[in-house]
Amino acid sequence: MSFLHRTQNWSAPAIAGLLIAGVWEAALRITNPDFFILPAPSAIVASFFATFADVWEATRNTGYIVISGLIAGVIFGVIAALLVTRFRAANDTITPLAAAINAIPIIALAPIFNAWYGITSARSNQAVVMVLVFFPIFVNTARGLTEVESDQIELMRSYAASEWTITKEVRIPNALPFFFTALKLVSSVAVIAAIVAEYFGGRVDALGPLIIQNASSTRFDDAWAAVVAGSMLGLSLFGLASALEYLAMPWQRDLRGDS
Amino acid sequence: MTGASDALARRQRLADEQRAFERREATSRAVRSAVIFVAFIVVLGLGYSGYKAFGTSIDDAQTDWPVVGSFLPATDDLRMPPALDIITEFGEPLQRNSDRPLALFILDAALFTLRETVVGLLGGIVLGLAVAVALLRSRRLERGLLPWVVVSQTIPLIAVAPIVVIWGRNNFGFLPFAWADWMSVSVIAVYLSFFPVAINGLRGLQSPAPDDLELMNSYAASWTATLFKLRFPAALPYLFPAVRLAATASVVGAIVGEISAGVQGGLGRLILDFASRYTTGPERLYDAVIGAALLGIAIIVVLTLLERLTLASRQGTTAP
Amino acid sequence: MSSRVEVAGVSKLFNAGRPNEVQALSHITLAIEANEFVSLIGPSGCGKSTLLRCIAALTDATEGSITVAGKSAEQARVDQDYGMAFQKAGLFDWRTVAKNIELPLELMGWKKADRARRATEMLRLVQLDEFGDHRPAELSGGMQQRVAIARALSFEPSLLLMDEPFGALDEMTREHMQAELLRIWRSTDTTVVFVTHSIPEAVFLSTRVIVMSPRPGRIATEIRVDLGDRDDDTRQDPAFFKLVTEVREALRSVEDSAG
Repeated sequence: MSFLHRTQNWSAPAIAGLLIAGVWEAALRITNPDFFILPAPSAIVASFFATFADVWEATRNTGYIVISGLIAGVIFGVIAALLVTRFRAANDTITPLAAAINAIPIIALAPIFNAWYGITSARSNQAVVMVLVFFPIFVNTARGLTEVESDQIELMRSYAASEWTITKEVRIPNALPFFFTALKLVSSVAVIAAIVAEYFGGRVDALGPLIIQNASSTRFDDAWAAVVAGSMLGLSLFGLASALEYLAMPWQRDLRGDS
Repeated sequence: MTGASDALARRQRLADEQRAFERREATSRAVRSAVIFVAFIVVLGLGYSGYKAFGTSIDDAQTDWPVVGSFLPATDDLRMPPALDIITEFGEPLQRNSDRPLALFILDAALFTLRETVVGLLGGIVLGLAVAVALLRSRRLERGLLPWVVVSQTIPLIAVAPIVVIWGRNNFGFLPFAWADWMSVSVIAVYLSFFPVAINGLRGLQSPAPDDLELMNSYAASWTATLFKLRFPAALPYLFPAVRLAATASVVGAIVGEISAGVQGGLGRLILDFASRYTTGPERLYDAVIGAALLGIAIIVVLTLLERLTLASRQGTTAP
Repeated sequence: MSSRVEVAGVSKLFNAGRPNEVQALSHITLAIEANEFVSLIGPSGCGKSTLLRCIAALTDATEGSITVAGKSAEQARVDQDYGMAFQKAGLFDWRTVAKNIELPLELMGWKKADRARRATEMLRLVQLDEFGDHRPAELSGGMQQRVAIARALSFEPSLLLMDEPFGALDEMTREHMQAELLRIWRSTDTTVVFVTHSIPEAVFLSTRVIVMSPRPGRIATEIRVDLGDRDDDTRQDPAFFKLVTEVREALRSVEDSAG
């Protein structure tokens, strides 16, 4: 698939990754192993397979929380953007508000959501992910819907096209790149948010608690294996978002294709 | 001759008017933003209270709504304390034997977290610029490492904050100052905040047009001269928004790092404490979270003002 | 014969009542007959584009009235009595070239087969037969502009409104496009209102050149162009030069008096 090729060449990053891992492994073996935060790559890999059953279950549970929260946040964000951009006054309101809301550490809401939904319910974690996802999706989509070339709007008006037709033919296609930029951004951040939210409560068989338990009983290798699993979850979602982007915007694909 | 000087004077006057007009516009924009934000807070408060009143009325009528109490929270005073109580709690003393109000505790904690944030942000800017320049220097490095810079942000380093703190305690004995736990939290903040600076910085450094680079080449300018005379100035418009993103990332890193590592003194720890003693005073948790939100917003406001001052002085010096 | 376009005492104020109030048009009266090719020319700020937008009913006149084909400008817009082309081709990246041409037909509810047939015809007219399935971004600026003209003509409007459509093209492409437009104009029985700031372009294309003056926008003078059928040799014709000089002098006196 050519969206895989689009990240240029896979060989250069792969070589760089192997080099980093090699240097890091060697450094740990030669010098003081305590200096580094990270255990040796070999140790992490070994622990990943040794504890695979636990890690896999935790990743699945966290993955469910992330994906459900992500979907809810995306749906609400897009709907809100479509509604708000119907009103011209709203456009002047979004930008300053977005700047302020983006500055708020949403993850800090986790304990409040815990109080709302109960300490053992995963719903509070979903709520954190949803709120975190909502704002970037909403703001970017709204920008994409409004930052349309004025010529294209005038053209549609010269055809006496209705507001809805203009939205469908011009605004939504124009908003797609904005939307996917936000989706790719939140897809990996959402995983981190879910893991952090799990610190405060939620299911005990998820990645967050798994990392804490391992770290607090100084099983650092196991803790890092779970961290790597979280990272891989984030990367998969990022990849999925990129694939969707590729499928949804064939015209951007052609641009990069043949040249 | 007089015609020419008249025209010059007229142009000067027009330029002055234009500048005055822009200043007025900028001020009114700032005022409007503030008004919008306050309005948003009011709407949020009304929505909260309205939902609570609605939920309470359902409870009183002994009916059941499918959404309330499941998808949306139940509305008892423990889960959702009245909005007014949340506000007045700021003035209530936190401890029985002292009359120091909660607001001051939150302020102290916010200043503690602010220090972590600022150190983390400065570190993030330095590291981010270093990475950007390194990747700019070598095309091969860019192709090999840029994907890993992106991957780095999917690693939940925040989650292993306790390990970072232990690592910090054990390994920085050689420094001329004593390593404090909050510095480890700043390290986490650096990890989160270098990313936008590196990515946007690289894009900005690469932004000069081929013509501009050829001009510098025609002067036989060195790589460093081109970097400082052309690439950095060209990158500034990319860096300002990046620094704002980095600042928010740094706040998140500081607060969550504190929570996760259990470092005493900051907002994160305060949130954790109030969360664990939630039943004895739910309003306090709300207030601490509001404090965290205000800290994040305050930092962005200050950065925006700094940015405006920098750009204004830049404009002033280039004007003839 | 009744006028295709009748502009009577039209004025246009921007930001009326505010400190940055601008009078863009002042008491414009103008009649354009069927099959005329009328150019509006003048220094920037003379309101030529605003006048065109008033005729297109994309903006409202503050004062005065405009009729197009015997009805109000607004009604003419709703009835799709004119086609429009802008300086930027304004093609939709997300549609193929053929689908771009079909856009107005889709909005008018044409059947799919009819649309496709018409798109093919229009592509032949602008000599882009083989490019129907390409994406706009794959075309050169001149080719994109030809597609925009094909789109404007696709539903055979009897009036074509053009706002500096060749402004962004290089000189050779521009001359080629001018010849093309003249060929289309002669073969399709269309009335054209054409905004430009190029003197040779206005003279080469038009049957009549309207010279406008700025602040507030007014009609300074109008010049009839009797060059008959034109081809590339016309550009070397002394009569052509004489008219170019005439328009240039009119523009100079306009700029001098505006100071």
